[in-house]
Amino acid sequence: MARFVVRRLIGMVAVLFAVSAIVFLVFNVIPNSDPAQRMAGKAATPRLVASIEEEWGFDDPLPQQYLTMMKKVFSGELISYFGREDVDERIVEGIPATFSLCIGAAAIWLFFGLLFGYLSAMNAGGKLDRALTILAVAGLSMPVPFIAALFLNYLTYKTEIFPSGGYVELTADPLEWLEHLVVPWITLAILYVGFYSRVLRSNMLDAMDEDYVRTARAKGLSERRVIRRHVLRNSLVPIVTLFGLDVGVLLGGAIVIEGLFSLNGIGEYAYISLQNVDLPPIMAITLFGAFFIVVFNTLVDIAYAYLDPRVQLGESAR
Amino acid sequence: MTADGPISKGSLDVSAHRRDGEVLLEVHDLVKHFPVKRGLLFDREVDRIRAVDGVSFTVNRGETLGLVGESGSGKSTLCRAVLQLTRPTSGSVRFEGREIAGLSRRAMRPLRRQLQMIFQDPYASLNPRKRIGQIVGDPLRLQGVASGGELRRQVRELLDRVGLSPEHHDRFPHEFSGGQRQRIGIARALALRPKLILADEPVSALDVSIRAQIVNLLDDLQDELGLTYVFVAHDIGVVRHVADRIAVMHEGRIVEEGPADRVCEQPRDAYTKTLLAAVPIPDPREARARRQTVGSD
Amino acid sequence: MSEALLSVRDLRVGFVTEGGLLQAVDGISFDLAAGEVLAIVGESGSGKSVTAQTMLGLTRSTNARIEGWASYRGTELLEADDAAIRDIRGERIAMVFQDPMTSFNPVYRIGAQIGEAIRAHRRDVSKDEARERAVELLDAVGIPGAERRVDSYPHELSGGMRQRAMIAMALALDPEVLIADEPTTALDVTVQAQILRLLERLNRERGLATILITHDLGVVAETADRVLVMYAGRVVEQGTLDEIFYDPQHPYTWGLLGSLTRLDRERPERLPQIEGTPPSLLDLPPGCSFRPRCPHEFEKCSELPGLEARLPEAPGRRDRCWLDPADKRERRQ
Repeated sequence: MARFVVRRLIGMVAVLFAVSAIVFLVFNVIPNSDPAQRMAGKAATPRLVASIEEEWGFDDPLPQQYLTMMKKVFSGELISYFGREDVDERIVEGIPATFSLCIGAAAIWLFFGLLFGYLSAMNAGGKLDRALTILAVAGLSMPVPFIAALFLNYLTYKTEIFPSGGYVELTADPLEWLEHLVVPWITLAILYVGFYSRVLRSNMLDAMDEDYVRTARAKGLSERRVIRRHVLRNSLVPIVTLFGLDVGVLLGGAIVIEGLFSLNGIGEYAYISLQNVDLPPIMAITLFGAFFIVVFNTLVDIAYAYLDPRVQLGESAR
Repeated sequence: MTADGPISKGSLDVSAHRRDGEVLLEVHDLVKHFPVKRGLLFDREVDRIRAVDGVSFTVNRGETLGLVGESGSGKSTLCRAVLQLTRPTSGSVRFEGREIAGLSRRAMRPLRRQLQMIFQDPYASLNPRKRIGQIVGDPLRLQGVASGGELRRQVRELLDRVGLSPEHHDRFPHEFSGGQRQRIGIARALALRPKLILADEPVSALDVSIRAQIVNLLDDLQDELGLTYVFVAHDIGVVRHVADRIAVMHEGRIVEEGPADRVCEQPRDAYTKTLLAAVPIPDPREARARRQTVGSD
Repeated sequence: MSEALLSVRDLRVGFVTEGGLLQAVDGISFDLAAGEVLAIVGESGSGKSVTAQTMLGLTRSTNARIEGWASYRGTELLEADDAAIRDIRGERIAMVFQDPMTSFNPVYRIGAQIGEAIRAHRRDVSKDEARERAVELLDAVGIPGAERRVDSYPHELSGGMRQRAMIAMALALDPEVLIADEPTTALDVTVQAQILRLLERLNRERGLATILITHDLGVVAETADRVLVMYAGRVVEQGTLDEIFYDPQHPYTWGLLGSLTRLDRERPERLPQIEGTPPSLLDLPPGCSFRPRCPHEFEKCSELPGLEARLPEAPGRRDRCWLDPADKRERRQ
């Protein structure tokens, strides 16, 4: 196990390096991204541009710029090109909103996704199954901005049941915090509910055909026990994997939702930075997100090996 | 049923093909080990799985070598190592006098026409998305032997030879039974007119009443086409019927080898004896007699 | 004459599929006496597994059509409600399946799965007691080091040990009847011999009545008392072990016996074979279903032969062949 974790840590360094290098290169290659020019603005004179370049180090060779930026990311000194904010600080400020959104939505989609999947599987072929399937597919296929627009229209603007945007600290006012998050949570969860319910349904139906379920019945176990201890136990394992990966990705920021609901989280920060083509925040946020993805990937692998004794961590003899 | 069958195959030594005595395949000290690696940062080899641990045998042109082994004996790995589908750890494999062990994939390619394989699972060894005409014709097409009309003609001929009719050409594998699929597999193996066919458990997955059909088909094809077989199976009864010589494999090594009848009637090795003793005798009186002498568990 | 533990009359099991009604079992009847070993022999599609599974209600589903009558010690099995059939499962009639690798749940330890079987029927047994009993059972079926093995996962055991563990689990509640569905097909021949000896010992020492389902007549010769030969969902021949082997009455049985390889005989020039392939159950030929493959068929075969006793000297012998018994003896050679 130790060996596995160590290898993954080394892998993480490699991933972060690769990701940051790619972002850096892309930024330097896309047209109209020259930050000095853009910072100088409309009234740019060559002297102004040159002085900005010197101040920011844009005249240094690329590898050196890269190294400098990396140093600043990890020492907390990174400043954004536009707005001149302390990037790391701004990210930390965005964490509560992003994490609240992600964790709340995850709880909702996990509960409903599994519930609907279970009901569908138990009623396979029947009316309830068909109804839930339609709902699931609808949830899967509707574009998130569309759902958001629907909700925003009917639940906030027109009826004013919920506020239309903004984030309130949990510690400041729990009730307001909740009110502001309900609609974003549901919007984000709908897609995943559809997906998870289909996955669980499929896994359960497959499991019910397995030989060991037949053995369980032949032993005289009650149907409830057969479903719980044999069908569900095996059906849920892949879902654990899925869930870990999905959450890992979202912790890096749900750009669209945060943007639509003005939640002041990391995702929204990313959105703004992308519009401004502002490299430092983009870099930091990307690394932040990559970090979580690698961590959760590792956690998921460990969980899988724990849940399925046939799986061994790391390589096996071929 | 008849008590005495006709002349046993072992005494029919005079078939033109078999008499050749020419060595087609010579395997010498073949080894295939799988390393088990551990280590914190870098992989260190801590142990080896000795799947094939120094195997030697020869196969003469026109004869059938039966390779008997149970699961874990290494026989499947041996097949793959001989055909260079996996790189041997060490040892020599000479086909028609030429060393092929360790050859690159590219170098092996032309040789693949001469060395073919029939697989065990008729349900898994055929691509379900391809029609069988295509499955059988692919080897011909890929090796550039034939195309277009000539290709179709050869495929039809092959299907006919294995007992399938031309109308089967455009059907998919799932439309056929296990025995028929195995025939398709055989047709595919024959397509390039190989000299040597390695059959890995070709009848184990088939119903009993179909097994005899496939065994007889392989027999007939051998006589017609002068094929050489290495017939790998765990059922020594079936192997004894098809093989001229039998090699018994156990834990990566060959523990006994010799003419089929001799090995079955006068086994020398302890494992061979165990193997033979374990084969159920489909004769209640004999079975009862044997139980009385040996005693039960 | 011991009375029948298990009785089946005219069992018919069909499955509604997209291609029509698939009649997997078409009128099978038999009795199983206490302590007897009954072998049901047939190939894939013969209906032998479906018959066995129906005894324990394992074939019940929305698309299954089950008719006929079956009872165990007076308790009707086909129409029994879920609670009644669950009581019988494992406790009175236990079943062992073909592939022990997939028949065990891969995520639980062997001991836990055996314990589960015990505690499903005996609520008062604690987990520790169940575990102890599991160790005893593993020991009784000949697994060395049972104390350790009880905590193994299925994939950590060899094929033979897994099958023994399966048998141990089936014996957990001391059932009267064991149904073994192709128990050795997935195993190596040396392991197969061990498992058969085990089953034979259990039958002898505990008087465990056994229904042995197999396609391998060699296995049957070693263990069975009586034999039912099935083809395409019907019984084509039944009799005692010796009768079936030494005086078979149906061409299919002749074919099966002939295509066996025998180590103790000279090998034939050519292995006798049965032509053709088993029929699709969705599209059975009218009359005798073996007719298309039978070298002895004649006009009368267009009419389905009933399963009847055709030998006056042996009323227990029944077969489905129109041929005259004297004729059969000749043709058999």
